[in-house]
Amino acid sequence: MMARKIDLRHFTGFRAITLLCLVVLYTPLIVVAVYSFNASASITNWGGWSLKWYLDVFTGPEAGKFRAATVNSLLIAVAASITATMIATAAAVAMHRAGRFRAKTLSFALINLPLMVPEVVTAVASLIFFTTLGFKGGLGTILLAHITFCIPFAYLPIAARLQSLPDTYEQAAMDLYASPREAFKLVLMPLLAPGILSGFLLAFIISLDDFLITNFVKGAGVETLPTAIFGAVKQGIKPNIMAISTLMLAISALFVTLSWLIGRAGQGRAERA
Amino acid sequence: MAGGVPTGGGSGSAIYRGAAARLMLPGWLMIGLFMLVPVLLMAVYSFLTQEFRGGVIWRPTLAAYDHFFLNRGLFGDEPPVIEWTYLTIFWRSIWQAGLATLLCLIVGFPTAWFIATRAPKSRAIWLFLVTVPYWVNLLIRTVSMKFLIRDGGPLNELLNALGLLDGALGIVNTNLAVQLGLFYSYLPFMVLPIYAAVERYDFALSEAAADLYAGAWETLALIILPVVKPGIVAGCILVFVPSLGAFLAPDLLGGAKAFMIGSLIEEQFKGAAGNWPFGAAVSMVLMTIVMGVLLVYARAQAKGGK
Repeated sequence: MMARKIDLRHFTGFRAITLLCLVVLYTPLIVVAVYSFNASASITNWGGWSLKWYLDVFTGPEAGKFRAATVNSLLIAVAASITATMIATAAAVAMHRAGRFRAKTLSFALINLPLMVPEVVTAVASLIFFTTLGFKGGLGTILLAHITFCIPFAYLPIAARLQSLPDTYEQAAMDLYASPREAFKLVLMPLLAPGILSGFLLAFIISLDDFLITNFVKGAGVETLPTAIFGAVKQGIKPNIMAISTLMLAISALFVTLSWLIGRAGQGRAERA
Repeated sequence: MAGGVPTGGGSGSAIYRGAAARLMLPGWLMIGLFMLVPVLLMAVYSFLTQEFRGGVIWRPTLAAYDHFFLNRGLFGDEPPVIEWTYLTIFWRSIWQAGLATLLCLIVGFPTAWFIATRAPKSRAIWLFLVTVPYWVNLLIRTVSMKFLIRDGGPLNELLNALGLLDGALGIVNTNLAVQLGLFYSYLPFMVLPIYAAVERYDFALSEAAADLYAGAWETLALIILPVVKPGIVAGCILVFVPSLGAFLAPDLLGGAKAFMIGSLIEEQFKGAAGNWPFGAAVSMVLMTIVMGVLLVYARAQAKGGK
């Protein structure tokens, strides 16, 4: 009798559960994407394929509102993620390249504080803070809040990259009379670039994604895309909302593919280095 | 892992020794000023007097916490009894978050296992497929879920057409809808840390177990689960904590009967009916619970690591 080789990695049913998992994750998104092409004004009945809701998003009665909200969202996401990435890069270098210093553990806790406090609590605290100081809600308050909660998200990939990079390259540069500043700028920064880029992308997505904190600190009349969509959805899901959702979905998918490819390229380079 | 406080190893480098304070300063300032100070200020607000048009009067009182825990009747002159309204909302949030965590674990563990045991090439693709929804805007995911499961929606139509159901589905505005929303929102948070743990799992352990006549499921329960437990615990925390304070899923999918902490807090700061000190007090209670969970986790981590 031949001994049957047993696959120790195999468990009956795990493949089925994985497929179920993917079905659950994708069905709602796919259904909304399909219905965004519905020619009918009713969200229930299918009236054939059409692009009219996409046209409505760009030229319809609510186009101005959504355009302004999109511009706000992008401005804030760009400004917040660039600022947060710079702060996070400096912090990560301090944590991984500056030896031991006083309050190191405390600094680490502080950097990660936005991840530990529940989002709704951050939202409340920010509103109270800005109100007490007399700051009027608007793009400024949104930006300050976004920079703050984006820092740990930018920090994670940068710190991970920094940790896996030995400091021998910088040591070599300094042996050849580079100043620490030059070693930092000319040697560490290029090596760290993939980490910085994924940190930036993560912060960017996190900023674009935020609804709750923005909704608390935005003030009247100022909208970002999520708060504008939320306001519209409160009156019922309309076809134009599905078209906007599908557009955002496509942009997210593009971004994640991009960061995946960058991550793979970075990994390949690290292995060769 | 990038998550730990860096000590020794590759991060013991001291190349820029002396620059630490300068490098940390922007981070300290930004998070200290716009996160730590606001949270401390919120703690102060929870002990202040309510201003009826929103905001506070700077006069210390325990009224917000009293209102949370005790019921003194309509005019505040009756002997206090326990106020169940808010405790019920907390209890509902806790079991909803707990159930979402359990469901995510039941679906997430097999998924993470299956992906981690694929050949490297297809593993990357499976992992990619699971992470894409995480990157999609949470609001849009929640709205999509509502669109799918609403009365007369595509799921309803499908069940009617199959003859499995007659009439309205009636899920929206129930605890079940909120549960579906939470599960859907945070499932990737469960899969990823478990995946990372399974990827490091040493299959020699499974071989040893098989040599000693353990069946596959026995090996799973007695060997694999204990070994990958850190990943499971991390996943559970990543699902439980945001579920507990979730706002979008309960607000869009649940109704008044499925009210959770997030909506209770939000309500206190919107419009004239709000009560800022009370909202701050509820936030304090929520934060205390979350910090408690994280502290227990950190303790266990520290003990397991040594």
